[in-house]
Amino acid sequence: MFPNVLFEPPTSFKAGFPSDYEIGTVDMRWKDKFGVFIIRSAEGLYALSNVCTHLGCTVNWLGGENKFKCPCHGSGYYKNGINFEGPTPRPLERFAVSLAEDGQILIDKSKKYQQEKGQWNDPNSFLNV
Amino acid sequence: MIEAVKQAINSFSSPVTIFSASLAMFALFVLFPRQITSPWCTVPILLLVLAFFAVGLTDEHFVKIVTAPDNVPIVAMIFIAGYFTWYAMRKACLNDARLERGEPTFEKTETDEKVLVFPYLIYIEFVVALVYAIGLVLWSILLKAPLEEPANPTVAPNPSKAPWYFLGLQEMLVYFDPWIAGVLFPTLIIIGLCAIPYIDRDPQPAGFYCYKQRRPMVIVFLFGYWILWILLILVGTFLRGPNWNFFGPFEVWDVHKVVPLVNVNLSDFIFIKGLGWGLPKQWFLREAPGILLCLLYFMVPTTVAAKTWLKKLVEKLGPVRYSVLMILLLSMLALPIKMYLRWAFNLKYIVAIPEFFFNI
Repeated sequence: MFPNVLFEPPTSFKAGFPSDYEIGTVDMRWKDKFGVFIIRSAEGLYALSNVCTHLGCTVNWLGGENKFKCPCHGSGYYKNGINFEGPTPRPLERFAVSLAEDGQILIDKSKKYQQEKGQWNDPNSFLNV
Repeated sequence: MIEAVKQAINSFSSPVTIFSASLAMFALFVLFPRQITSPWCTVPILLLVLAFFAVGLTDEHFVKIVTAPDNVPIVAMIFIAGYFTWYAMRKACLNDARLERGEPTFEKTETDEKVLVFPYLIYIEFVVALVYAIGLVLWSILLKAPLEEPANPTVAPNPSKAPWYFLGLQEMLVYFDPWIAGVLFPTLIIIGLCAIPYIDRDPQPAGFYCYKQRRPMVIVFLFGYWILWILLILVGTFLRGPNWNFFGPFEVWDVHKVVPLVNVNLSDFIFIKGLGWGLPKQWFLREAPGILLCLLYFMVPTTVAAKTWLKKLVEKLGPVRYSVLMILLLSMLALPIKMYLRWAFNLKYIVAIPEFFFNI
């Protein structure tokens, strides 16, 4: 006798320790549940939204071609989220990343950082580890 | 032999070649309608199309796409839309020939009496609607709907395709921002269709099929219908595969097909490549050339044509109806122009203001 509801996952979550992530790879483990790609580079770590900025389809990571690609209209993004092909007008959005008290990565999806507004310079958009 | 033909068709196929070839065929049709709609030309064309499908049906990949339950009506649409276009044009050409010889039109020989839309026309339309409804019911009984597992917001099928009647819009979205291809253009299409009887109020060539006396109107309508709607649906349905890449009709849909699609905005062309200054910081300076270009695109042809070769039309329509007509026509032409700019120069947006989600 309950309504048929799908509850959405919380907007902020702990994503394990930075050492769980390999340098140079696009990590998929939170993609299905939260729609987040976590990418660790040599300098640090950032969380990319998987929503295409053209019309909102979910992008796929193509490892062989080293790019994110949207299945709806063919928009393409580099590993850092910058748009370079197809109709998309702006880069993928980043979520706030920080370290929780227990040393785990804390990702807050309610805070978004857009490159074209210069928000990727914000210290919360990038985690130095 | 057949393999070689398939290979040739595949390597010829690309968005620009398909679009240009269709434009060429369209031009032939509107330039030589009498010859093309005559049985000597129509029957070979029909046989050619049927042969294409016959050969195609020996190809495993072609069969998979063409016989998918939601693609079947689009195959039917090719033949249905083709038939009705042929029928109207054939009748129009025969009437034109009769008028040239000084004979009355077919419609006039049937009856000279005027009849009312209701019930005479509505009755015929109702019967046709019934036939199509029966066809739809049969189609939905015979071919099962391709239902999939419950939708998951984090997983998008690859390729993700809209319902077939929206695939023309989805194809436009490759070249335009959502607010243009998804909102402005559909609205303009509907407004434009509604505006036809108010713009074209000439009572003279009404009530019978004809082409010569209404050539501009027929060409504009057929161009919008066949090239900008049907063709885009066909491309979106049959020729767009994974990652919305373009595939030939007999090409296997390879998820890893790599197509160079790097795009550049007009502001990059002007300020970085042309002037070498680097992009201005303020968006209105950066996009000033693009905005200017768009304004000129709508103003210059309208005023120049009004002063020169469309003088008579302006007198006939008056300034308001003339301006509406020109804005509608130029918006319609903007779609193929933008497509060719993308193919020729990799031009992404003429005006790109991501700060306000405003791109043209």
